[in-house]
Amino acid sequence: MRTTLALLAMLAATPVLAQPASTQPAGPSATQAPQQQPPHPGAPEVQAPVPEAGAGRGAPGAGQVPATTEPGRTTPAQQPVAPQQPAAAAPTPAPAQPAPAPFGDRGQPDAAELELMATLRGERISGRISIPNQTAANLIQPAGRSWREYHNVTLAWVGGIAVLGMLAILAVFYFTRGRIRMEHGYSGRTITRFNILERANHWMVASCFIILGLSGLNLTFGRHLLLPIIGPEAFTALSTWGKLAHNFLAFPFTLGIVVMLLLWAKDNIPNKLDIVWFRMGGGLVGKGHPPAGRFNAGQKMVFWMTVIGGGLVAASGYLLVFPFTVTNIEGQQWAHMAHSLISVLMIAGILAHIYIGSLGMEHAFDAMGSGQVDINWARDHHSLWVEEELAKARATVAKGAKAAGAD
Amino acid sequence: MARMKFLCDSDRCIECNACVTACKNEHEVPWGINRRRVVTINDGKPGERSISMACMHCTDAPCAAVCPVSCFYTTADAIVLHDKDLCIGCGYCFYACPFGAPQYPRVGNFGGRGKMDKCTYCAGGPQADNTLVEYTQYGANRIAEGKLPLCAEMCSTKALLAGDSDMIATIYRERVQKRGYGSGAWGWRTAYRETLGA
Ligand code: HEM
Ligand code: SF4
Ligand code: SF4
Repeated sequence: MRTTLALLAMLAATPVLAQPASTQPAGPSATQAPQQQPPHPGAPEVQAPVPEAGAGRGAPGAGQVPATTEPGRTTPAQQPVAPQQPAAAAPTPAPAQPAPAPFGDRGQPDAAELELMATLRGERISGRISIPNQTAANLIQPAGRSWREYHNVTLAWVGGIAVLGMLAILAVFYFTRGRIRMEHGYSGRTITRFNILERANHWMVASCFIILGLSGLNLTFGRHLLLPIIGPEAFTALSTWGKLAHNFLAFPFTLGIVVMLLLWAKDNIPNKLDIVWFRMGGGLVGKGHPPAGRFNAGQKMVFWMTVIGGGLVAASGYLLVFPFTVTNIEGQQWAHMAHSLISVLMIAGILAHIYIGSLGMEHAFDAMGSGQVDINWARDHHSLWVEEELAKARATVAKGAKAAGAD
Repeated sequence: MARMKFLCDSDRCIECNACVTACKNEHEVPWGINRRRVVTINDGKPGERSISMACMHCTDAPCAAVCPVSCFYTTADAIVLHDKDLCIGCGYCFYACPFGAPQYPRVGNFGGRGKMDKCTYCAGGPQADNTLVEYTQYGANRIAEGKLPLCAEMCSTKALLAGDSDMIATIYRERVQKRGYGSGAWGWRTAYRETLGA
């Protein structure tokens, strides 16, 4: 320690000995000959770090340092040269020169600092480019690494847990609660629950959703689950078809969401009955059937999830289908993150919907299948709606007419 | 084996775009695709610098990590290449790449963007070396001929360096030491978690 200090003191005092110092990343003060002009205030940040490697070749002793070709760029590494030159006849260049002109870029942070700053601030390093593709003007976008983290880790975990978790919950539900049976059996009299337009639209949305969902999940999980089984060629063929299907089925899906909104929104406005429905556990966990209109609170939730979630998924999806038309790289990354996150959550939600509409509840499927439901089923699940429908039917029957089968 | 990298000494780059032109010509890269480009930051202001950028052939490459069909592979020289026969053109590698390297022949068209194309470090692709199929899909394979990437080879100011990491880093450090300044190795921190010159 003491020897180092002594050495440093010597270095500071005798410029001749300063040469070895240039091989170490020492501060400018150590190499600065006392009689020399201090460099411009902006300079030391760039000048200070003199790299270690290759020091020998670039040593000032070589005598070829082009110190005079760029007057604004004299450096501490070069300055100690002067007193050391054997040909002392030549005037020492450094003191003769005026103070280095302020040289703008010397105070600038270097590449590594800029990249670190951009990473920490979530910014991009971009500039001007002379080709028409302005997206290429981004030099470095460190956010790509966060997007990778999201895609490979976050999405995989959230998606995996949401989908598998929901399947597990449904399985548990099925094996404990069992299928919800019709309490009063079939009456044999039916009532129209969904007309042909409503059913056609529902199945258009549903079939699109299933293919969109499967082809989407294929992009997230396919390479881990399918690729090892079917091999790269077959997996690419499948994924290409999946992607084509995903991109084109987006249009009927969106149309269906809009039609759905127009057809069913009025029956899905939340009201006081929904609170009762939730309190009674929706008739799923508790006993007895809470009163409900055309749609109960659970169905309303599915409806709004589909319409709002589907709308957001469609909007973000179109940003992805037409990349960089509306937004930039950051927007594309956000669009993808919103799209895939909402999608996997929706898939989980729709799995529950599929369960209750098929396996989970007796006769429920017919509402969307044939469109006709038994009046007993309708009374159990949608008591108020049945009342309304019957009242409507009575009102349209001509006065004095007898109900069918009344005589 | 070597660890191939690019290094652009932005204190030397004069934004002549010769590297861009050389690349397009050598590989007959179609219109709209730029495997290499020159970006000028702080244009017209103090600290103006031009940086020639292409695929950096990252360590633990993000593009490879996110590709849904896993079509990337890394050569023994650490060059990141991909198989166009497997690519589905989803665009994910572009979202993950910190340097905007992946390029697509079409933009829009209902998501049909065509097979991704990017700088191959003049190392072709998975097809047999220097065959016509390889040339059509990926361009020239200079590495197989024992040559370095053309962009760097013909850079008039030798701003753009290509070669083994240690060698180009040494050259750059010597330069910095000799002239006393250097703005560092652009992209190295992001691509290799490594910095030079500071
Ligand atoms: C309505 C319109 C929709 C549009 C325009 C759309 C568009 C897209 C696009 C362009 C991608 C990027 C990959 C590719 O190019 O194929 C994508 C990914 C994805 N989409 Fe959709 N999509 C839509 C609906 C849906 C729906 C309804 C679901 C779910 C049921 C879904 C689930 C997914 C998933 C999970 C991914 C992949 C996430 C990943 O691993 O990165 N999408 N979508
Ligand atoms: S620069 Fe981009 S394309 Fe090249 S290896 Fe890195 S992430 Fe992949
Ligand atoms: S565009 Fe091609 S190479 Fe890039 S992530 Fe998609 S499939 Fe992979």
